[in-house]
This record gives sequence, C-alpha cells and structure tokens, in this order.
Amino acid sequence: MSRLYGAVRKFYIALIFLFLYAPIATLIVLSFNASKTRAKWGGFTLKWYQSLFGNDIILQALWNTLAIAFLSALIATVIGTVACISMQNMRRSTRSLIMGVTNIPMLNADIVTGISLMLLFISIGIRFGFGTILLAHITFNIPYVILSVMPRMKQLNPSTYEAALDLGASHIQAFFKVVFPDILPGIFSGFLMAFTMSLDDFIITHFTKGPGIDTLSTKIYTEVKKGIKPEMYALSTIIFVSVLILLLLINYTPRAGHKKAR
Amino acid sequence: MKNALVNLEGITKSFDGQMILDDLNLYIKENEFLTLLGPSGCGKTTTLRILGGFEKPDKGHVIFEGQDITNLPPNKRNLNTVFQKYALFTHMDIAENIAFGLKIKNKSKAYINDKIRYALKLVNLDGYEHRMPDSLSGGQQQRIAIARAIVNEPKLLLLDEPLGALDLKLRQDMQYELIRLKNELGITFIYVTHDQEEALTMSDTVVVMNQGYIQQIGTPENVYNEPENAFVADFIGDSNIIGATMIQDRLVEILGARFACVDEGFGENKPVDVVIRPEDVELVSPDEGVINGTVTHLIFKGVHYEMEVMANGFEWLVQSTRMQPVGTQVGIRVAPFNIQIMNKPESEDEEAVGVNE
Repeated sequence: MSRLYGAVRKFYIALIFLFLYAPIATLIVLSFNASKTRAKWGGFTLKWYQSLFGNDIILQALWNTLAIAFLSALIATVIGTVACISMQNMRRSTRSLIMGVTNIPMLNADIVTGISLMLLFISIGIRFGFGTILLAHITFNIPYVILSVMPRMKQLNPSTYEAALDLGASHIQAFFKVVFPDILPGIFSGFLMAFTMSLDDFIITHFTKGPGIDTLSTKIYTEVKKGIKPEMYALSTIIFVSVLILLLLINYTPRAGHKKAR
Repeated sequence: MKNALVNLEGITKSFDGQMILDDLNLYIKENEFLTLLGPSGCGKTTTLRILGGFEKPDKGHVIFEGQDITNLPPNKRNLNTVFQKYALFTHMDIAENIAFGLKIKNKSKAYINDKIRYALKLVNLDGYEHRMPDSLSGGQQQRIAIARAIVNEPKLLLLDEPLGALDLKLRQDMQYELIRLKNELGITFIYVTHDQEEALTMSDTVVVMNQGYIQQIGTPENVYNEPENAFVADFIGDSNIIGATMIQDRLVEILGARFACVDEGFGENKPVDVVIRPEDVELVSPDEGVINGTVTHLIFKGVHYEMEVMANGFEWLVQSTRMQPVGTQVGIRVAPFNIQIMNKPESEDEEAVGVNE
C-alpha cells in the first residue's frame, strides 16, 4: 500500500515538472538540432550558437540588455536601500502605508506600467532610447530591492546601531561598520533579483525603447515576426540558463552571507 | 549636590504628548551602584537613555563631571551602555566586538590586544577571542557586552536590564559577577531593572520609580524596611498594607485592635497606612494574640510556609517556618518596630508624586 502511495507521489511530482519544463526542454533540444525544420532531428550541432555570436545586431542587443540590467539594478539597489533605511525609522503605520504603495507596481500589469511610462516620457519630452529603457527598468526594479532588503532591516536589533554610537562611532561609521554588513545579504539578493527582472523584461522595454535600440527580448520578438530562425532557440536557451544561474545565486546568498560559528 | 558624578536637574520628557518623566531630580555619586527600580513604563529606561544620549529631555539638564552634556551626542560621552539584548555585532568575532570602540579611537594594535585579553579575563571568558557571538550562550554574550563597554574605560556604566533575558540561576550568578566587576573596576554603575530582588542584592542605592516620579531613594535596607508609601511597600517584597488610625504617638489602631509601634509625629486620630511584612507577622495561640483569626490558605514555598489568615475582615499574608494547618484558630502579634506607618495619600496623583519634593 505504502509503496503504491510512494509511486503515485513520485508520478505526480514528475507530471508537474513535465508540464513546467517540457516547453523549455523542447526549446533547448531544438537549439542543438542540425536540421532547420522543427519536425525532425538532424543531428547535434552548435552552428546556431556560432552564427548567433557572429551576428553583430544580436551581440549589440545582448550588450544593451546586460548594460541596462546592470545599471538599472545598481541604481535601484542604492535607491531601494536608502528607502528601506528611512522607512525603518518611520512610525509603524506610515511604514506599512509606504510599503503598500511600493508594492503596488509589482502587482500592476506590465503593459499598464509600460504604457504609462511611455506616456510620461512623451509628455515630458524625453527622447526614446537607452536612457528611457534604463529609467523604466530602475522604476520597476526598486520595489524588488525594497522587498528583499526590508526583511533584513526588520531583523536588525535596533540596539546594535546605538551600541556603535555608544562606543564612539559617528552615525556614518555606525551605519557602515554595523548596520550595512548585517543587511548586505539582503542588498545583494535585491540586486540580483533586480538584475534578473531587468534581463527578463519584454513588455515595458517594448513600450519605452523607441526605434533604433533593442534588447535581447525585443530583438527576439522582431526576429520571430519575420519567421523563427534556429538562432533564436539558441539565444532563448542562453537567456534561460543565465536567469536560472542568477536565481540559484539569489536563493543561496542569504545563507552564504551568514558566517558560520567556528 | 556637589561632588556628584552625575546630576539630573529637572528632567522632563514626553512622547506623543504622554508624560514619561516629570521634573526628575537625581544625583549619582562617584563609585556608586545605583539602581533605578520600577514597573514597566515608569520612566526608568527613558532616564537611562537620556543619560546615554539616545534621547534628549524636553526640559532640564544632565550634568556629568560638572559639565552640561544634555546636548552631547552619545559618541562624545565618557560613558558606556550595556544594552538589554546584548546588541553584539553578529558579523564580527568576540575580539573584534571588544576592539570596536578602541579601533574607532585609533588605539595602537598592541594596546587593543592587551585590552581584549584583560577584558576577557575580567569576565572569565579567556580564549573566546575568535568565537562568533551566535555561538555563545546568553550569559556569555552578556559578559562580552560588558567587556566591550568597559575596555573604553568609561567613568560611568549604564546597564539596561542586562539580566532580563537570562534564566533564574544564571541571573543570580551574574548578580554576584556584576558586584565583583564593579568593585574591581571602581567605576559607577547605573542599573535599570524591574526585578526588586536584583535591585536589593546589588545596589548601594535604590531609586524606586513610578509613573515618571521618584517614589523613594535609599539603601536596599531602607526601601525594604521603611517604605515611604504604599507603592514602594507593595512593589518591593510582599506586604500587608492596611488602612489604620494613628491614635497617638506610638499607638496605632489596626482593624479595630490597638498595636504598639515606634512611630511618632503623625498626630492624633489621623488616618494612615501601615505596612507589615509577612515574615514579621507572628502567629501565636489565640489567647496571646492582639487579634485572632483563622488560617485559610497554606502553601509550602521551600524556605518557609506561606499562609493566609482571615482576621477582623482582612486577609493577612504570613510567612513562617512553622506551619499552621488550614482551619487553625491563631492569634496575631507584631513587634512594635516591625510596624511601618505611612501617610495616607489623599489622591492618586499625590501617590504618584510621593517623595519627589
């Protein structure tokens, strides 16, 4: 009876993983398919990866994607962390209000965020391009940083900051020597989360990019409209793998940041 | 007061319109172990935080070694605090924790290492330099917090309920440890607690506080044996507080019976409160007692028995090593010097103000 139960349990889990990962597995397999049609397996090849890295337009898009992801994550991390520090010193009621307000953009549909940012940029007359994408990404990244720094902030013993002052440290010294190391894992995972979100984004980028600049996701979208080329499978595989690695990093950093007792 | 290390002059503080301290005046002598004792919300922690520089009083001055330090930030004060929850820096090892204040002051490496060794020896934790705070027990963490404070050679050490998180046995050990530390270091301790036993055990001076007012200042013997009002009597130790009438000097009528006492100067036929400690109530045979009653409850407490005796409409709390079974008829007698007479407060406000004048 219990063996049957165990088998059913395993089958169920296998089914869930199958549904979740079958599409991606298909994509990854096809990216190594030598045959140009999707219908049959023509042998293993890396030529799609080769031609992908020989394609300047795609490499430019990759560079844009990485630059925007890195810059927007960095700036959002600074802004989000400073916001958390000040929120920590607010009264409880004000803090939860602000927390709610910063959470809303995360739940908001991307298309709404994208269109409203586009309208905002038009109305204040900013030229669309790298700058507008960066601004848009910073905007939607800030809540993710706050979400990951705030719990760390709440765990802080408020007395440690005062203890540092008591021992002669200035406010700046007390922050960087005592508070900052304690919230660093939160800041780091906030940065990675923001980086991933930015890497991932299509809709908001689509509405705020303007002509003449592309990130990987918008590039893939335009390419697919012309007909799907196997290079795109290779590119998508690369994106998937990088996001996967980042996610693993995010999940393992908080523990890694906590020094074990010797 | 001249020659005081610290003078608190007319300290007033309120949070969100709620008065926490009202015109508090207190001086602390050099080398004194002074305890601020009171229930939560009495203003004792606020007083300590004002001394530490973490709060500014709305009115009044903090004078430290003759200088007004009211507006000085915490990092400029020659005193250190031991916080309630230790507040150790969890990402640093023990040696780095202790060295924190000294590094900020740019002391030499040799000096810092000497100090770390000396401080760890003082708190009986030699060899713990490279442990992380998380790997230490609560009592050990508290010792490190103390070590971290005293390496800076403060004139004054502030301790905010430092033993509150420890279990009973450890707390008692740490009490002796703190007394020893204070004697070895020769610095002034200001200790905040709500635990009356802690206050009585360790202090030279106990300051009993309630609702932002000082109720009584005195030695532990003084506040225990001669509480100045019902609050102090009730807060420190168990007690029988009974409304009574002072018939004349050295004679008081309690629950309709007349007891000899030693107090004078309360006037004649004046309503007063009397305090009788449960260990001072003597149970005798009914014909020998001043009033008679019946034992209604009996509990074995280890050191003694605790009994309740119903006599003349009042439930007397009695502690004695001699047990009287429930239902026994007993007589109650109290030695004259064990009856403490207090003025009756006329209103709740006056009760709070107490002896502050």
